[in-house]
Amino acid sequence: MTTPLEDVTPAERARSTSFYEASARTRLELLLDAGSFAEFIGPEQREVSPHLKIFDLPEQFDDGIVVGHGRLDDSPVFVAAQEGRFMGGAFGEVHGAKLIGLLRAASQIASMPVLILFDTGGVRLQEANAGELAIAEIMRAVMEARSAGVKVVGLIGGRSGCYGGGGLIAGCCSALAVSEPGRIAVSGPEVIETNRGVEEFDSRDRALVWRTMGGKHRRLLGAADVFADDNVQDFREAALELLGLIGPFGLDRLKAEQERLADRLSRYGACLDAVDIWAAQGIAHAETVPQLPADQFITLADRIGRTSRDAR
Amino acid sequence: MTLDDILASLFPKGHEIRNDKGVLLGSATLRRGDKMLVLGVADRTALGVDEAIRLSGHVLASIGRDSGPILVLVDSDSQRMSKRDELLGLNEFLAHLAKVLIHADMNGRPTIGLLYGHSAAGALLATGLATRVLIGLPGAHPAVMDLPSTAKVTKLSMEALEEKAKSTPVFAPGLSNLVQMGAVHMTWSNDASLADQLEALLADMPAARDQRDALGKARGGRLKAADIAERVRDLALQAR
Repeated sequence: MTTPLEDVTPAERARSTSFYEASARTRLELLLDAGSFAEFIGPEQREVSPHLKIFDLPEQFDDGIVVGHGRLDDSPVFVAAQEGRFMGGAFGEVHGAKLIGLLRAASQIASMPVLILFDTGGVRLQEANAGELAIAEIMRAVMEARSAGVKVVGLIGGRSGCYGGGGLIAGCCSALAVSEPGRIAVSGPEVIETNRGVEEFDSRDRALVWRTMGGKHRRLLGAADVFADDNVQDFREAALELLGLIGPFGLDRLKAEQERLADRLSRYGACLDAVDIWAAQGIAHAETVPQLPADQFITLADRIGRTSRDAR
Repeated sequence: MTLDDILASLFPKGHEIRNDKGVLLGSATLRRGDKMLVLGVADRTALGVDEAIRLSGHVLASIGRDSGPILVLVDSDSQRMSKRDELLGLNEFLAHLAKVLIHADMNGRPTIGLLYGHSAAGALLATGLATRVLIGLPGAHPAVMDLPSTAKVTKLSMEALEEKAKSTPVFAPGLSNLVQMGAVHMTWSNDASLADQLEALLADMPAARDQRDALGKARGGRLKAADIAERVRDLALQAR
């Protein structure tokens, strides 16, 4: 970097910052309008997990999640960002309760959108019951918020992906944006391999992990509506785009989702690999999809990929 | 109690519930004569994409056609752990099932979960934990995460984990721990008629508002969750 820092615009800084590599706090700082973020129950209040000391594990003052409010293109938004580098971004009692409180406020206000920057392996094993229940409460709170007219957007592109109960919460959101390294699944590669054997899933085969759970496959399937390149500015633009697209939630959305998922099963239920699904979608040279640069992939996905718009 | 015993005790006036490879679909007649939609997972079946889509379809077909409460019976494995299920987007199928149940509950079709066997992880989130009131039957043995997996991740011995489990309900498997956390609202008795207990619950259903964090606090299982959520909510309301 030869340019002095003060000459770099926030958008340029956001464009040159990898979402995957950034911390939760950096993601929020660069995603929102400059200087607009304010946190609720910040680390200075030291609301740590009461359970990690049972396991002699270090605590973190924000318990691995940052929640607050800010502005996006001048409009107020609530935000929550998980820190994948603390306990794999996993949901514990305090971590989950912060997001629940945010969603409950959003339900009451009924107009301010919520952005959730997922980065999680799922339930935190050391407080598994509290984490599982927090996820159930968050799913309920997301549906109550959406029913009240709140747009809930998930952004997925962190180190820990969006696994376990995180994947279920993502499935409850109004819309998702995902980048290539942002994986979405319930069972992680190691969990499948441990339970079912390496023949079922070889967790060390990284190419297999990316093409089964990664952002490109999720975009082509229609699980995520927007594919973002791995930088914070792209996620900011994706969030703005999605907020403009989301319509009101109601029973018709759930009926459309039932059809959308049943249609997916009947079309691709017999496919053995993501490449077979992409080929069935009509993509020529489907095996080259993982190598496509973001711009070319987005062009392809916009032409061929499915969408969950109005059907989730 | 076997599933047949449970159904006989719940619905002395009869039911039409079919068990097709572990997927329960049907309806039953309540004592006062009205119908209850019934669905569930039996025989410790794993909940995968094929099972979930049938369960959500059963509820959606009933919305607008029927009225009355909905019962979700649970004796499942975890979510199905397979390449195929993940390839097809299992997270969306499980979320969809939970969303359909939550939507029904919020719109005049109160939901009750009845955990009578095993369940775990994503399967429990998409079924019992997506209902308004989750009941446990004696002998139910849910395990959000099993102790051997926890031992592997935490690098602690099973003995050490079992010792720690005595002092906290927060991580160990078992029905009583989920009761203390506020996840399971109450445990029914096997010695009384389940129909009586169901009737008593239906006559006194709690409000649709999620009160599990308050329950967990009152029972000493989750001392921080309700307060943290309330503090964030207050701050967020002031900030708008």
